[in-house]
Amino acid sequence: MSETAAAPIPVTVLTGYLGSGKTTLLNRILSEDHGKKYAVIVNEFGEIGIDNDLIVESDEEIYEMNNGCVCCTVRGDLVRVVEGLTRRKGRFDAILVETTGLADPVPVAQTFFMDEDVRAKTQLDAVVALVDAKHLPLRLKDSREAEDQIAFADVVLLNKTDLVTPEELAKVEATVRAINPHAVIHRTERAGIDLSKVLGQSAFDLKRVLDDDPAFLEEAAHAHDGHVCGPDCDHDHHHHDHDHHGHDHHHHDHGHSHDHHAVSPIHDVTVTSISLRGGPLDPKKFFPWIQALTQEQGPNILRLKGIIAFADDPDRYVVQGVHMIIEGDHQRPWRDDEAKLSRLVFIGRKLDAEELEAGFAACAAKVKAPA
Amino acid sequence: MPSIASYEFGDFVETACFLKDRPAFALADGTLRLPAGGEKALTLHEGGLLAAVYDEFGKRLISGGEDGRVVATTDGETAQELASIGRKWVGAVAGGPNGAVGFASGRSAWFQPAKGGAKELKHERTVEGLAFAPKGTRLATARYDGASLFFPATDAAPVSLDWKGAHLDASFSPDGRFLVTIMQENALHGWRVEDGKHMRMTGYPSKVKDWSWSAKGRFLATSGAPAAILWPFSGKDGPMGKAPLELGTRGDSLVTSVACHPAEDMLAIGYSDGMILAVRFADSKEALLRRGGTSPLRTMAWDGKGGLLAFGAENGEAGVVDIAG
Repeated sequence: MSETAAAPIPVTVLTGYLGSGKTTLLNRILSEDHGKKYAVIVNEFGEIGIDNDLIVESDEEIYEMNNGCVCCTVRGDLVRVVEGLTRRKGRFDAILVETTGLADPVPVAQTFFMDEDVRAKTQLDAVVALVDAKHLPLRLKDSREAEDQIAFADVVLLNKTDLVTPEELAKVEATVRAINPHAVIHRTERAGIDLSKVLGQSAFDLKRVLDDDPAFLEEAAHAHDGHVCGPDCDHDHHHHDHDHHGHDHHHHDHGHSHDHHAVSPIHDVTVTSISLRGGPLDPKKFFPWIQALTQEQGPNILRLKGIIAFADDPDRYVVQGVHMIIEGDHQRPWRDDEAKLSRLVFIGRKLDAEELEAGFAACAAKVKAPA
Repeated sequence: MPSIASYEFGDFVETACFLKDRPAFALADGTLRLPAGGEKALTLHEGGLLAAVYDEFGKRLISGGEDGRVVATTDGETAQELASIGRKWVGAVAGGPNGAVGFASGRSAWFQPAKGGAKELKHERTVEGLAFAPKGTRLATARYDGASLFFPATDAAPVSLDWKGAHLDASFSPDGRFLVTIMQENALHGWRVEDGKHMRMTGYPSKVKDWSWSAKGRFLATSGAPAAILWPFSGKDGPMGKAPLELGTRGDSLVTSVACHPAEDMLAIGYSDGMILAVRFADSKEALLRRGGTSPLRTMAWDGKGGLLAFGAENGEAGVVDIAG
C-alpha cells in the first residue's frame, strides 16, 4: 500500500481517584510553555481551560466486543472522539485522556490496541496514575478501582506528600510498590513534576518497552540476589551460548521473585505481581504457552511485560499484554555484555505463581547435544 | 478513457457530493470546497466538521460539527443553521422525507421536522448513527446493543431491535423493508423491519466504513475487505443464506469507499491506495478510473446523471472523474 502513514499521535492517560490531583497535573501540562498543542478528553468540563488546546467532553462508555470475550472491552467514547480528533493532520501534537476516579483503566488502554482506526493513528504513550498519599489506604479499602489504577500504571505520582509524615509516605510507597513493582514512582506535592517524567514515556512502544526500565532490570537483579535464582543463572546462559551442555538441570534455575511482593503491608491489596526469569526459550514452546495462557487467564492478567531470549536468535524479543491482548516483536540485537535472559512479569489477580513458573520453565530451549 | 480533474485540499475529505450539479467537498476542517469554476470555500462549522451526509430527500448537504451546530446547504453558496445545541459535538446527522432532519450528540438524538422545533429522543447509551426510513416519519438510531426505531412525530415508545455489541451507523434499504447497521467488530447486522428477523453479515477483515445501496436497492455495497462486498437484498429474506457478490478483488489493497451508480448496476470502488475502479455487477468487468494516490479514499459520489464521480481522500486529495472522458 502506498498511503503515507503520519507519525502516530501520542496519548497519555491520566488516572486517579477523585481528589488525587489529576486536574492540577492537567493544568500544569497545559499551561507549561512547551509549544505543543494538546487535545484533552475529559469526562466533565472542570476547571480546565487553556486557549490553545481543545477540551472535549465525553461520557465514559464501555463497549464489550461481540466476540464472546468478556474482557475484550473498549471505550466507545474514545474510539469516536479520537477518530474525530485525528482526521486532521497536525491539528494536535498529543492527546491527554483524563479518566474519572472510578474508571477502569483497562478498556481505556485496550481501545488503543483493539480499535484499528485508533491504533493506526495513535500510540498509547503511558498510563499515569495519581495517588493521594494521604487517602490511599482508605481508597484501597473501599474501591477496587484505586488498586487497578495503580496496578495498571506505568508512572505513579505519589501526590500530596506534604500532607503525610515521612513514615506514612514510606508506607504508602511500599503499598504502591507491592501493587505494581514496575511502575516508576515519583513523589510530588501539588502534582509538581518535570513533565518529561510524565509525557513521552513510550511505555507501550515495543521497541522501547522495558529497555530503559530500571525497575524491571532491578527486578531481575533482585531476583538474582534472591533465593531461587542463584548465581548459576549467568553461568547457565553461557552454556547456552556455547551449546555445550545438556540441559536437564536447567529448569530449576528459572527464577521468580514474586516472594518479594507477596507480603503486602495492607490487607486490602488483591493485585499481585509475579516475575519469571530464565535462560533462552524455545519459540515453538513459548508462543503456544503464552497464547493459551492469555486466552485462559486473560481476565486475571492486568498487564504483562517481558524480554525474551530465544535460542539461536540474535535479537531480544519483547512482549506486552493487557488481559487477552498480547503483542510481541523483535526489539534489537542482544549486546555482547548482556546476559541472554528471559524475563516475564505478570501483574494481576488470582495468578497461580507455581503454575506460571512451571509453564515458563517448560518453554526453555533444549540445548543441542555436542556434535 | 476517463479524465480526472484533480484537487488538493490539504485536509481530510469527509464527504463528496454534487450540489446543483456542482461537485462539493465537505472537509473535516469545517469548510465546504467548490473547486469547479473558481475556488470557493464556505465555512460550515467552526472548529471542525464531524459528520456530513448528502440528503437525497432534500437534495442538500447536512452536516454536524464541534461547534454544536447542524447546518444545511443546497447550493454550496450559503449555509442555513438548522439547530444548535451549545458546546456538545454533533457526531451524526441524517436527512429525511419532507424536510425532516435528525442529529445526535452523546446519549440523545433529535428529530426536527421542516417546520417546528427539535424533539429530543433520549437514549441509555450513545447514539452513534441515525437514518430515516424512505417513507413516513420513522427514524432509526444505532446504539450499543442494537437499534431503536422511533415514530418521532408521535409519543409512541421506540421499537427496540436488539443485537449485542456496538452499532455505529444505520441505513434503511430503499424499499424500507430492512434496517442495516455497521458494527464495531467488522460486521454488519440487519433486521427485517416487519418482524425483526436477524441478518448477520460478517467476514470482513476490517471495519466497514462506507456503504451504498445500488439502483433499485437490489444490493448493499460495502467497504472493509480486499473486494467490495455486495449483499443481495432483493429477496424476501434479504441476504440470509445467500453469498454476497464480490467485486474488484485486489490482493494488495483494501476497499475503503464505495458508490453505486445512480442508474446502472455498476459500482465505483475506492481503495486504500487511492485507486478507483468502476465494476459492472453482471459480468464483474472492471474499468480503471483512477490509478492511485497517496491516501485511502474516504468518500465518493456520482452526479445525478451518473456521468461524473467526485471523490475525496483522507489526506485531502480529491477530484472529479468524467467517465466519458
